[in-house]
Amino acid sequence: MKEKFDAKKHVLVPEHIKLTKKQTKKILEEYKITKNELPRISVDDPALKDLKFEINDVVKIIRKSPTAGKSTYYRRVVK
Amino acid sequence: MKTDYIFKKVNKIKFGVISPKMVKKMASAKIVTPELYDKEGYPVDGGLMDTRLGVIDPGLKCKTCGSKLKECIGHFGYIELARPIIHVEFTKNILYILRSICRECGRIKLEEKEIENKLKKINKIGKVKGEKAKRKRIRELIKKLRKVKKCPHCEAKIEKIKLEKPYTYFEDGKRLNPIEIRTRLEKIPDDDIILFGLNPDVVRPEWMILTLMAIPPVTMRPSITLESGERSEDDLTHKLGDVVRINQRLFENINAGAPEIIIEDLWDLLQYHVTTFFDNQISQLPPARHRSGQPLKTIRERIKSKQGRIRLNLAGKRTNFSSRTVISPDSMIALDEVGVPKVVAMKLTIPVRVNDWNQKYLKKFVERGPKKYPGANYVVRPDGKKKKITDETKEQLLEEFQPGYFVERHLLDGDVAVFNRQPSLHRMSMMCHKIKVLPYKTFRLNPAVCAPYNADFDGDEMNLHIPQSEEAQAEAEILLEVRNQLISPRYGLGIVACNQDAISGNYLLTKELELSREEAVQLLSTIGVENFSDLPKKKKVTGQEVFSQIIPNDFNFFGKTKSGEEVVIKKGLLTKGYMDSANLGSGSGLLIRNLHKKYGATEALNILGLMFRLGIKVLLNYGFTTGLSDTDLSKDKKKKIDDILEQSRKNVSDLITSYKENKLEALPGRTIKQTLELRILETLNKARNDCGRVVSKSLSQKSHTLLMAKSGARGNIINLAQMASCVGQQAMRGNRIQKGYKDRTLSCFAPNDLKSDAHGFIGRGFKQGLKPSEFFFMAMTGRDSLMDTALRTPKSGYLYRRLANALQDIKVEYDGTVRNSSKEIIQFRFGEDGLDVSKTQGGKINIKKIVKSHIK
Repeated sequence: MKEKFDAKKHVLVPEHIKLTKKQTKKILEEYKITKNELPRISVDDPALKDLKFEINDVVKIIRKSPTAGKSTYYRRVVK
Repeated sequence: MKTDYIFKKVNKIKFGVISPKMVKKMASAKIVTPELYDKEGYPVDGGLMDTRLGVIDPGLKCKTCGSKLKECIGHFGYIELARPIIHVEFTKNILYILRSICRECGRIKLEEKEIENKLKKINKIGKVKGEKAKRKRIRELIKKLRKVKKCPHCEAKIEKIKLEKPYTYFEDGKRLNPIEIRTRLEKIPDDDIILFGLNPDVVRPEWMILTLMAIPPVTMRPSITLESGERSEDDLTHKLGDVVRINQRLFENINAGAPEIIIEDLWDLLQYHVTTFFDNQISQLPPARHRSGQPLKTIRERIKSKQGRIRLNLAGKRTNFSSRTVISPDSMIALDEVGVPKVVAMKLTIPVRVNDWNQKYLKKFVERGPKKYPGANYVVRPDGKKKKITDETKEQLLEEFQPGYFVERHLLDGDVAVFNRQPSLHRMSMMCHKIKVLPYKTFRLNPAVCAPYNADFDGDEMNLHIPQSEEAQAEAEILLEVRNQLISPRYGLGIVACNQDAISGNYLLTKELELSREEAVQLLSTIGVENFSDLPKKKKVTGQEVFSQIIPNDFNFFGKTKSGEEVVIKKGLLTKGYMDSANLGSGSGLLIRNLHKKYGATEALNILGLMFRLGIKVLLNYGFTTGLSDTDLSKDKKKKIDDILEQSRKNVSDLITSYKENKLEALPGRTIKQTLELRILETLNKARNDCGRVVSKSLSQKSHTLLMAKSGARGNIINLAQMASCVGQQAMRGNRIQKGYKDRTLSCFAPNDLKSDAHGFIGRGFKQGLKPSEFFFMAMTGRDSLMDTALRTPKSGYLYRRLANALQDIKVEYDGTVRNSSKEIIQFRFGEDGLDVSKTQGGKINIKKIVKSHIK
C-alpha cells in the first residue's frame, strides 16, 4: 500500500503537545483566564490526529517565529 | 451652561411588534381627514398636520404637551383602517406561520407531546449555543412543518399556501384576504407562538396585520415654506394623505353598501398606499411618485444606505471649528507648525475664560472685534448666552465684561490644532501642529511631514481642527504632537525625515563642498544656527564641518552610506563619510533614529528641522538644476553601450536558433517555448542593467541628475540609463509583448519573428528618441500600468479598510498579551517577542550596545 500523507510531518506544521491538568491550570493562572478565553482548535484538526485529544483539553503549540525564534501558543480543543 | 445628565446603562433591549392597543395608547389624535389646512391656513383638527401632533412653526405651542418648538419632540396619531392591511415587512413571517399552523383550529401542526419536547430543546440550544443556533433550529422546524398535510389535533386537511409577492396569499389557488389571515393568526395559542421564536408578550402574529396605523408626529415630517409663501409638504405627509384619503373612501363605500368589486379594488389600493408608506422600493410595485415623477422618499429609504439616517447622521458626523483648504510647502516654518491663512484664523476661535489676570488682555480682543486681526467673534455670558460681537453690541458687551465670561478669540500663533489628510490610514495621518498665522489662502506645512500624511502639493487639500476645551488641547498636545510621531510604530525608524532636496543638499555639502568661512556662517545663520564658536577658525571650511555644527557635541555614530561606505561621527564631528538617504531618509535614517534616542523627541525635531533647511539652503546657494547635458555620453562609451546591445541581440538570436533546432533544454516546470521566453527576458534585462552600469560610470560625476540618484533623493540609476542609453524590455504581465496580429505583434515584423525588437525591447534611450514600433510598445505598457493603478488603488484601499475594521479593538493588555474586546487571547505575547516596535531600531534591539553601555 502507498504511504499515506501525514500532515504532522510537514515542515510547516508545528509541534502540538497535549497538556496535563496540572500544566493547564498553571497556564490559566499565569494569564488569569478561564479556558473560554483561549484560542480554539478543532478536534478534527489534522495536527491533532492520533494524539487522543478530548474536547476541552489544552494544546501547547511550539512554533518557529521570525521575530522571536521560537514561540509557544495554547489552544483549547473544541468540537 | 448647566446640564444635568442622568447616566443609565442599557442592560437589555427587547424587540417586538407594536400592537393596535399600543398604537391607540401612544396616540394623541385620531386622524380622519386628508385635508391639511383650512382656508385661513390653519391646520385642520383631525387632519395630518393636527396641532396635537407637535409643533413645527415658531411661536406656536403644542396642544398636547404645551411646550414650544424644539422643546416638544412631537406626538403620534393614529388612523383606523377600514379593512386590515398586511404590513409588507412581515409578509415572510406571516407566510411561515400560516404554513405551520392548522387552518381550522389554529394549533401548530405538532402533537401535544412533541410541542413540549421541541420547546425544551430549542430553549436549551438558545441558552447553550446562542440565539443564532436557536434561529437556525426554528427555521428547520418550520421547513419540516410545511410538509405536514393533516392537523394532528383536529385532523383537518391542510392545503398548500403560496405567497405571491409582494403581499398576496393563495391557499390551493384561492386568494386569502387579510381578514381571513388575521382570524387564523388570532386563533394560535400563546404557548404555540413561542415555538416560532416569538415572545407572545410583545409579539402576537396577528399584529403583523394592521388594523390601526400609527401616524408619525409632524416633527419628523416638517413642511417647508417656500419663498413664494407656498407650503411644501414632506414626502411622508404626502404619502399619509394618500392613505387617509383612500381609507375614508373605503369607509364610505362599505357603509353605503357598494358592490364587493369596488370595495376589493379600494382595499387593494389602500394596501398599496400603506405598503409604499413603509417601503417605496419594492421591486414588484411601481414606486409612488411626486407630480414631477420623482419617487417619494418614505420610511425605509430614510433609514437605508449611505445617504440614510444610520450611515449619514449616526455613523458620520460633522464638526464645527474645522477648516479645509489646499496645502503648499514652506520649509522655513518648523516641522510642528502649520501655516494658517489669516482669513481662517479670523473665523476659527478658541474660547478663553476671563479671570482677574487676563481681563485687560482679553478686553482688547473684544475691542478689536471680529474684523480686526487678533480679535474675537463672540462673548459667552456665564448663563450660557452667546453674543456676537458687532458694532452695535460691542459697547454693551465691554461694559458688562467681567471674570466668568468667555471670549471666543481669534487663533494666535502657538495655538494647538489637529491637522489631518484623508485617507487617515494610520495614526500619523492626524497630528497636532502649532498654529502660525500667515498671509494668503493655503495651509502651509513643512515638506518633511509630507511622508506621514502622504501628501504632495499637486492640489491636495487638508483639514484643520481646533480643540476647544483645555482638556482637548492638552490631549492633542500629549498624544498627537508631531514630535511624538517621529518614529513609526510600524518599523521603529523615523517616518518624519529628510526628503528630496534636503537629502541631495546634505549629500552635496558633506561630500563635495568646501566653503569660505563667511559663506559657512551665512549659510548656518539663515537656517537658524546662532552659535558659530565651534566652526573651525580657518579661511576654508569643509562641508562636513558645516554639517557637524548642527549635531550635538557629545554625539557618536557609526553607520553606512547607501553604497556601503563607512560614516563616522565622533564627538559631534562628521569625520568620515557623507550623508545620503540611508542616514537621512524616511523609513531608513539610522542617524535620526539615534539622535532621537539620545536627545529625545524635542531635540531630534529641532535637529531634523535644521538639517532639512541646511540641505535646501545649500542647493539654493549652489544652484541645483538638471538638463539635457546631464545625460551626455562620450563617443567611446556610446560605442561600449552599442556593443552591449549588439551582443545581447546576438545572444538572443543564438537562443532562437538553438530553440529552432530543438537544442534548448527546458527549465523545470516550463515548456521549451516558455524557457526560451524566460532566457530571452533574462538576457535583455542583463543588457539593460549593463547599460546602466556603464552610464553611471561614464556620466559626468558632477551631473546633478546622477547626484540625485546616488544620494537617494529621487530616481535611480535605471531611470538614468533609460534616458541616456536604453529603455529596456517592455513587459506585460511579466512577459514580453505577445499581443497584436496573428503570429506577430505589429505588421512591420515578419510573422513568428522571435527577435528582441519584435517583442518590445527598446534598445535606445529617451534622448535619442524611439522608433515608431518602440513607441507603440511603450504606449501599450504605459496604458496597461495606468489602468492597473487606477483599478488597484480602490481595491486595495477597501481591502485595507476591512482589515483595519476587523482589527480595530484588538489591543495589547498590561500583561503583554494581545486580546480582543471580549478579553479573549489572540496572541500570548505581542508579536511573539513582546517588543514595542516604536522603541526598537527597525524592529531589532541592539543588544551589543546595551551590554557595552552597562559595562562602562
